Amino acid sequence: MSSISINNITKTYEKGKVLALDNISLEVKSGELFGLIGPDGAGKTTLFRILTTLLVADKGQATVAGLDVVKNLWDIRKIVGYMPGKFSLYQDLSIEENLNFFATVFNTTVEENFHLIEDIYVQIEPFKKRLAGKLSGGMKQKLALCCALIHQPKVLFLDEPTTGVDPVSRKEFWDMLDRLKERGITILVSTPYMDEASRCDRIALIQKGKILDIDTLENIISKNTQLLLAVKGEERFRLLNDIRAYEDTLTCFAFGEENHVVLKSGTEKVDFLSKYLADKKHKGVEIKPIEPNIEDTFIKLMLESENAQ
Amino acid sequence: MMSEIVIHTENLTRRFGDFVAVKNISFDVKAGEIFGFLGANGAGKTTAMKILCGLLSPTSGVASVAGFDVYKENEQIKENIGYMSQKFSLYENLTVRENITFFGGIYGIDRKSLKIKSEELIQRLSLGSEADKLVGSLPLGWKQKISFSVAILHNPKVVFLDEPTGGVDPITRRQFWDMIYEASAKGITVFVTTHYMDEAEYCDRVSIMVDGAIAAMGKPSELKKQFEVDNMDGVFLQLARGAKRSE
Repeated sequence: MSSISINNITKTYEKGKVLALDNISLEVKSGELFGLIGPDGAGKTTLFRILTTLLVADKGQATVAGLDVVKNLWDIRKIVGYMPGKFSLYQDLSIEENLNFFATVFNTTVEENFHLIEDIYVQIEPFKKRLAGKLSGGMKQKLALCCALIHQPKVLFLDEPTTGVDPVSRKEFWDMLDRLKERGITILVSTPYMDEASRCDRIALIQKGKILDIDTLENIISKNTQLLLAVKGEERFRLLNDIRAYEDTLTCFAFGEENHVVLKSGTEKVDFLSKYLADKKHKGVEIKPIEPNIEDTFIKLMLESENAQ
Repeated sequence: MMSEIVIHTENLTRRFGDFVAVKNISFDVKAGEIFGFLGANGAGKTTAMKILCGLLSPTSGVASVAGFDVYKENEQIKENIGYMSQKFSLYENLTVRENITFFGGIYGIDRKSLKIKSEELIQRLSLGSEADKLVGSLPLGWKQKISFSVAILHNPKVVFLDEPTGGVDPITRRQFWDMIYEASAKGITVFVTTHYMDEAEYCDRVSIMVDGAIAAMGKPSELKKQFEVDNMDGVFLQLARGAKRSE
């Protein structure tokens, strides 16, 4: 059963001049932890606003838990939890006051649904008298999640919840989402960090308002049959430029200490590249074939999408 | 040229009352090196960076940047460094050209050369008519490239980058790193503070701060080997999990 169903949604801004979402369709199954992965400006927040009934699409339909986002907006608002990308709690209320406020707005009490937030709340409880505006990034994020959960939502929308928090808090946050998933809550979460894709059941890669692919991470990567080489050497910048200038090079991008290179001829003519770099007097050159990762795949899909236009 | 030491610290310490924000840190960064300065929230990164930028005096220890002492010569330090942050870099309600003029002036470039440099920069980034648009209307990737270019316009010895490349697509991000490599190849030292570990993979060498002290330092490849993990996230998680304090 689909918990979120999106059909051919298009949204423009500034009287049609800015295309934020371009004919998007996707289904999120009930109980799924679904990741919307893409950079700033891809359209992630626009999609969240449409699904949480805060914005109306130009074209297309969408339902959340079987309810239409335009016709049934009041019913949707009762059953979804939304954590916006920008910290949106009351900065001049304490942790405790924010939580009580959100519970009251949804006609419930903190006690009634405490079981849902308990393992998150205990981490911030020692500071419950502290004003929300005075909390660290990691603590704000935990409080915002508690506030989004306190009315026991069926579907949870989390817009870039891990932006601006350190790796330890990030990992803890994803562990929390796993536990919420076990309780049967459907979660749609967006992130610009590709490494977080591995924490989702399925993902949609989104760029410039278009969906590049929807599948499990493993399937998305396995569809990428590009033959990839990792090339490293001592003079990083000169190496990068020389590889790019090489006639058989299709693409070359820096990946940490290495460069990931796709040759027009595949991997058959690696020896020629090796000789070319030796002629250019590069030292410490190592070339090895590698399996693509999610970023390689995103880049490939991005370039294909741009070339198709 | 690579052997010249541009940032030097020895037992650098900063206290705020009883709280030791930075505890006896010692490291050297060479000319042209890309040095990643990592740590969790509250680990002491910002305090240490403020000291190195000449904005805060240490409590004890030694530190020099571009050959100038952080205690006595902080004004000279400011003239020889550039700074860029994801959070604040350019004025959104000024055009690109106005921002270049403004920051160039702040960094002490004279009017005549500023005009030339400004045109060169606009050409190099292929900005064209975008140069007269408000910065606020440009995509994040453009803002990052422009603010980095502005931060090195006066050809500083060191450029400090505070979480520079979050949120952009993987190609734009690599174009940004290409610019960093180019600056580094010209001999500018790049000091990157970040808590995004995949940014750390691009650095020549990184240090990881935990509770005010440097818990590990080395090339990303060495650290990954030492901690027996395949990415910097794994290194960081092992070190930072034991941290006692958070922001």
